[in-house]
Amino acid sequence: MTQLPHSTVDALVNFNRQAIARALNLLEDRRPNRQAQALTLLDTLSTLPASAHVVGLTGPPGVGKSSLISRLIEPQVQDGRRVAIIAVDPSSKVSGGALLGDRGRMQLPNQVYARSYAARDRLGGLSREAFSAVFLLRHCCDVILVETVGVGQSETDIATLADTTVLVVQPFSGDLLQFIKAGVMEIPDILAVNKSDNQELAQKALADTQAALSLARRPAPPESAAWDSPVLAVSATTHLNIGTLSQALSAHWQHLQTTASLERKRAAQHLEWGIGEIVHEVGQRGLAALGGVEGVRAAWNQQPAHWSVVRKLSVLLEDVQYRPSS
Amino acid sequence: METDRPKDRPWVMRTYSGHSTAQASNDLYRLNLSKGQTGLSVAFDLPTQTGYDSDHALARGEVGKVGVPICHIGDMATLFADIPLDQMNTSMTINGTAAWLLALYIAAAERQGVEPQALQGTTQNDIVKEYLSRGTYIFPPEPSLRLTSDVITYTVKNVPKWNPVNVCSYHLQEAGATPVQEVAYALCTAIAVLDTVRASERLDAAEFTAAVGRISFFVNSGVRFIEEVCKLRAFGQLWDELTCERYGVENPKLRRFRYGVQVNSLGLTEAQPENNIPRIVLEALGVTLSKDARCRAMQLPAWNEALGLPRPWDQQWSLRIQQILAFETDLLEYGDIFEGSTVVEGKTSAIKNAAWAEVERVMDMGGVISALGYIKEQLVASHTERVRDITAGDHTIVGVNKFTETAESPLYSGDSSAILKVDEAAERDQVARLQAFRATRNQAEVEAALSGLRAAVLNGENIMPASIRCALASVTTGEWTQTLRDIFGEFRAPTGIGGAAAARTVDGETAQELEELRARVRKSAATLGRPLKVLIGKPGLDGHSNGAEQIAVWCRDAGMEVVYEGIRLSPEQIVTSVRDEGVHLVGLSILSGSHLRLVPEVLTGLRAEGLSDVPVVVGGIIPEDDAEDLRQAGVARVYTPKDFEMLRILSDMVEVAEASA
Repeated sequence: MTQLPHSTVDALVNFNRQAIARALNLLEDRRPNRQAQALTLLDTLSTLPASAHVVGLTGPPGVGKSSLISRLIEPQVQDGRRVAIIAVDPSSKVSGGALLGDRGRMQLPNQVYARSYAARDRLGGLSREAFSAVFLLRHCCDVILVETVGVGQSETDIATLADTTVLVVQPFSGDLLQFIKAGVMEIPDILAVNKSDNQELAQKALADTQAALSLARRPAPPESAAWDSPVLAVSATTHLNIGTLSQALSAHWQHLQTTASLERKRAAQHLEWGIGEIVHEVGQRGLAALGGVEGVRAAWNQQPAHWSVVRKLSVLLEDVQYRPSS
Repeated sequence: METDRPKDRPWVMRTYSGHSTAQASNDLYRLNLSKGQTGLSVAFDLPTQTGYDSDHALARGEVGKVGVPICHIGDMATLFADIPLDQMNTSMTINGTAAWLLALYIAAAERQGVEPQALQGTTQNDIVKEYLSRGTYIFPPEPSLRLTSDVITYTVKNVPKWNPVNVCSYHLQEAGATPVQEVAYALCTAIAVLDTVRASERLDAAEFTAAVGRISFFVNSGVRFIEEVCKLRAFGQLWDELTCERYGVENPKLRRFRYGVQVNSLGLTEAQPENNIPRIVLEALGVTLSKDARCRAMQLPAWNEALGLPRPWDQQWSLRIQQILAFETDLLEYGDIFEGSTVVEGKTSAIKNAAWAEVERVMDMGGVISALGYIKEQLVASHTERVRDITAGDHTIVGVNKFTETAESPLYSGDSSAILKVDEAAERDQVARLQAFRATRNQAEVEAALSGLRAAVLNGENIMPASIRCALASVTTGEWTQTLRDIFGEFRAPTGIGGAAAARTVDGETAQELEELRARVRKSAATLGRPLKVLIGKPGLDGHSNGAEQIAVWCRDAGMEVVYEGIRLSPEQIVTSVRDEGVHLVGLSILSGSHLRLVPEVLTGLRAEGLSDVPVVVGGIIPEDDAEDLRQAGVARVYTPKDFEMLRILSDMVEVAEASA
């Protein structure tokens, strides 16, 4: 692998935004020599602390996710924390193009790093590039806010990327609550009912949402039992409960660290990322050649624990390229 | 048909004008009045329209460009020096800061010894179309409508001959509205305004009825002048019914649809600009032919508006059109010439029915404010369709996409000699006078007036008396607006580009070309390493976003990833976005004439961030001499209204991006 200048890594971990932008350009670049450089960069970074809290905000279009993000970053920036924002917008199936408009809907202080991605050919609300971007940014800043558009099941996608998932709805989002009740959708870590400007409306919406949650079938893995997803009535317009939402985010981050769930969660995310990359590189057939998702998971877990994600992934990819497709 | 009836009185004749400084604009106004103009139409510069003093950082390069800078009562007094305000009919194109400019006007009149009761004129004061099209809004919808309502309730009681609101369908047409959309959305705006006034409970029943009677409209007239006749008849009938049914106005005189007009600028061309004269004449016919739907006031654009700022002679030519129409022809000698025409009546009722259906749809969404996003998407979609038709040749524009052969024009040789250049010294001069003015004020009086204003806003009192006190105490435009900004906050309007698709219905040759372009964009990803990503930016205070929105929509439909953040960005913000987003190309759109200031600032910022390899292209009303300067400064391409073929521009952009990879 190519050698990486120390200055680049130094600049990145010091939140130098010129360096971050160049590194993210590199991660997206599909030319083979750039890919090699990108892998070296990721590999080098994996030995360093990844201490940023990744918060994912998802929800249907028009519920005010961008405004909510604007509110959430204000106190963070005032406290001198380094904030990055990743926003993902859908791509047109016909033309492949995309309109990336979230920046314009946010009030971005000058100290923030923000980048928009098109979902491109990936289904669900995420973009393939967003995974490697978040992986990189975890080493560069204190908090990362990821905004995705999701309708129905694809809201769950964000959990493969975020440490803390916030589902944003507006009063009377009946459909989403149905998804939760039916167990189609995982329960988010925090549920925010935005646009609760009107007290009466907010109370009713809160009651509905809480009722839906109490009816939901929880898969209840043992470690998550301790976290009780809060439901909060908030308003980006009137600033209602923005402080409470920030506190809930910190509380969940605390919870992940004290229960060691963070490590487990991120390990699972890395595997998910790996599978995504494998499918992208070699397709479903290649994945089948590796024994499907189960096979990859087994092979992944057998690799030495101290290996970086990138190394694990490249070994698997090399492996699949030498297998005849069946 | 009677021909011995007395001739009708002609409409008020105006020219939309103002530039450089209050002094220069006053000279121009007095010149125009001496040529037979019967009213004034004041164009304010963008800092004044968006509430910044001439020495504010955001005002740099914009002072005196698209209108006159008015920072305080001294400027206002200079603007109307030797123009007796009790005899003048003054229309002011002012919206976000309408209450303030009216306060300055009332204060300046007081200094001339003229009572408010004697003042005649109009404040445009329509914030909804600013959100939808024109872009000089400041505050969120609720406080903005409160300001509108304050102006109405104040003038009904104190300035009874004033038109406090000119509900604009004009800018909706400029943004792409069809006649039906134009009528429908303007009526929805009028409903939002009158409902707010009624809910304020400041007026008794008689005063409210008078307020309804003072609502006037500002419409657009395009070159399809027969359809325009029908549109205006439909408009009038709907307004009559609406004011009767919704607001219970019994006196038919107070239900009359009163409107002023500026004819269409969207259809004026840069190619063979002399052809704009017949277009303007026909457009003027659209609003004068039908006596029952004739305008009360008219202003005509100049033949060379698509090239830059018109000179006094260009404006004179347009005034002469009005005078020939009113005084040479027999236009004003007849009753309504369309009475009994089944063709006109059929078209009128078709527009009327479709418009009313659209009004009901918006009302079902909760009214014009709740439906802003929907309406903006409808407008962008209509405009996209228009651009597509021109590109495909389905919409003929003589001299542009048909009959393009031309002899050399003796009027215009392609250089910048046929337009007015604003003296760059005007800004320095204005700033120096502003700072001198501030130095001579009684600071204690200023503070007291501002705290009175703050109290009035917070206590929900009418803003006008406190604003007039501010004007008399020498408060500045920036101070007045900042006081309100601190309380109300600021607003960003929807961009509407999510809902429009340029390519949805292209067919034939255009579809083929679009497919080729898409293949080209896809292929560029190999050269660039990733899909082509562009940023479309609007630096400065200019809010005319149609061009930028169209480019953004078409780029998306050609397969590009497009970052678009809306209007009013500082060069610094644009540079930050270019850096963070990792785009391959930057497209800047500027129509305010401040390109020579703003574009180099973006280029310098890019260099400072190590991004000098990212190519910049610029679009706008840019005279050829300036275009050359911009290219010298490092701009890769300059596109002007001459470049109407969207696909060709896009293809050129791909080439530029690839060349820099």
